[in-house]
Amino acid sequence: MTASELSVDGVTLTAGARHLVRDVSLTARPGETIGLVGPNGSGKSSLLRTVYRVLRPDTGQVRVDGGDAWSMPVRHMARTVAAVVQDSAADFDLAVREVVAMGRTPHKRLLAGDTPEDAGLIDSALRAVDAAHLADRPFDRLSGGERQRVLIARALAQQPTLLVLDEPTNHLDIRHQLSVLGVLRRLPTTVLLALHDLNLAAYYCDRLYVLHDGEVTASGPPAEILTPRLLAEVYGVAAEVGTHPRTGAPQVTFLPEEPRG
Amino acid sequence: MTQAATGTSTERTVHRRKGTGSGTGRTRSAVTLLVLAALLGVSVTAGLAIGSVHVPPGQVWGIVTHALGADWQEPDWSRARETIVVDVRAPRVLLGAVTGAGLAVIGTALQALVRNPLAEPYLLGVSSGASLGAVSVIVFGVTLFGPFSLSVAAFVGALGALLLVYATARTGGRITSSRLVLSGVAIAAVLTAVLDLLLLTTDRGNETRAVLAWTLGGLGGVNWGTLWLPSTALLLGVGVLMAQARNLNLLLAGEEAATTLGLDVARFRARLFVVLSLVTGVLVAAAGPIGFVGLMMPHIVRLFVGGDHRRVLPTAALGGAVFLVWADIAARTIAAPMEIPVGVLTALCGGPFFLWLMRRDARRGTDRGVA
Repeated sequence: MTASELSVDGVTLTAGARHLVRDVSLTARPGETIGLVGPNGSGKSSLLRTVYRVLRPDTGQVRVDGGDAWSMPVRHMARTVAAVVQDSAADFDLAVREVVAMGRTPHKRLLAGDTPEDAGLIDSALRAVDAAHLADRPFDRLSGGERQRVLIARALAQQPTLLVLDEPTNHLDIRHQLSVLGVLRRLPTTVLLALHDLNLAAYYCDRLYVLHDGEVTASGPPAEILTPRLLAEVYGVAAEVGTHPRTGAPQVTFLPEEPRG
Repeated sequence: MTQAATGTSTERTVHRRKGTGSGTGRTRSAVTLLVLAALLGVSVTAGLAIGSVHVPPGQVWGIVTHALGADWQEPDWSRARETIVVDVRAPRVLLGAVTGAGLAVIGTALQALVRNPLAEPYLLGVSSGASLGAVSVIVFGVTLFGPFSLSVAAFVGALGALLLVYATARTGGRITSSRLVLSGVAIAAVLTAVLDLLLLTTDRGNETRAVLAWTLGGLGGVNWGTLWLPSTALLLGVGVLMAQARNLNLLLAGEEAATTLGLDVARFRARLFVVLSLVTGVLVAAAGPIGFVGLMMPHIVRLFVGGDHRRVLPTAALGGAVFLVWADIAARTIAAPMEIPVGVLTALCGGPFFLWLMRRDARRGTDRGVA
């Protein structure tokens, strides 16, 4: 099996009296690329954390291929679900290859060494994100964009069937934004990712979930749900939505409050 | 645009020329291990040879092999020399090697567990906790666990101090360097004050002197009968940590990432805290609180073998052993016939090292850098 099915059923997550996520349901069918969009603080990261098992939902269930993600052993989970999180890495002089090799850990027994097969998987993961030339460089000397690609390579080395990414295009220049999203799109794996850029989300995702104040306000194929009305409601700005003549994807243009000139 | 493209292609050529990455790393680490092992052999020989009575290295090996039951040299030394080398110096040198190796691996693991390059058992007050535990046993004459009372109490003290520092330094799932070091210093100060109070109010004059000397860290007073306990603790510590080396690596990725890579971080940390406190407790009970070895060694060996714990742990252990054996030689000889507590010497080296490390991290401007 190369792709998992994810279903989030009525997940609610609170921090003190505040609702971070309120009664969210979401599904990702095997092989789909699902985008989470919404303004800052809308609950995208929190929702993702309930999926990759860092924040336990107060109510509701996260199921991967029908099994409750939160009752699985962490190690077992890591063989199915990989994540690229927004958490900085420490400066402990690891080479890029060693960082990517971490992705093999859930598949290794105690004291087992790296096999040629592991080395091959690490190489191909690095190639997939166009980072093979970085393999011997110290990780903490890389630029933000290079780091992000290496972290995606680490997730790929985990051989997951569900890949969860929190703003994977942050810090990337536009060329690498496109190349990273292109890589994710081509993966046979099911992908769930939070994205800031609505146009990129519209182009690369099969379906989108729009979060607002911890709740899903709209979901469906980008062309169906990205409307000026929704964007006004969720982001509080005026926008025009057209269809790009070359890509065929919805094209969002935000309109500033006061016209120029 | 063109420039960027040229840049990338140049990088590629450079790295292709450099060859396979992991292979070179492994070779470098093997070479480092071999060099350190040879250095340890030399250091131990020096430790056995140097002292108030100088024994030539060749004779040292004659005596050692003779004591081990293999006579490759006709005995041409006096009984007194044999006693000095085998019964007086050997246990002391070995305790130095064991303690140095132990402190180095504890420091390595602590730095990963609290995700902070300034972590070290002495700086974090863990050694003070162990001292207080051990001294309470001496002062109050507790013998609940027979010959292990001292080590058990030191273990309990170490674990208590470690948990206290960790709990006070951690806010919002993060530990900044400044907060970690400050709470370590504060807790060490309190524990040391309690310890001083204990010593001043107790009326056992002779013991006070002995304890005072011991709290400065020293390798004297060990014999063959007591060496096995710290040695066992070291083997246990190194064994557990080597088995967990991959998981220690995962912690370098951050707590959330480590979880997604299959590590139950809270449970892992709790278990290792217990193991590290146990080893620290036993080592402190045997040699007193010796500072900065656990801080320096991991950083020095990382310069040679990189950050992978499968390489850092064994090299740090050997490096720590070499370092402390030499520190003890210096402690015995610099002001002979007076003996300087070895902890004073390690602090003399370690303090400046700490400052350098702090400045380096500030320059690098890492997220956890000293705020």
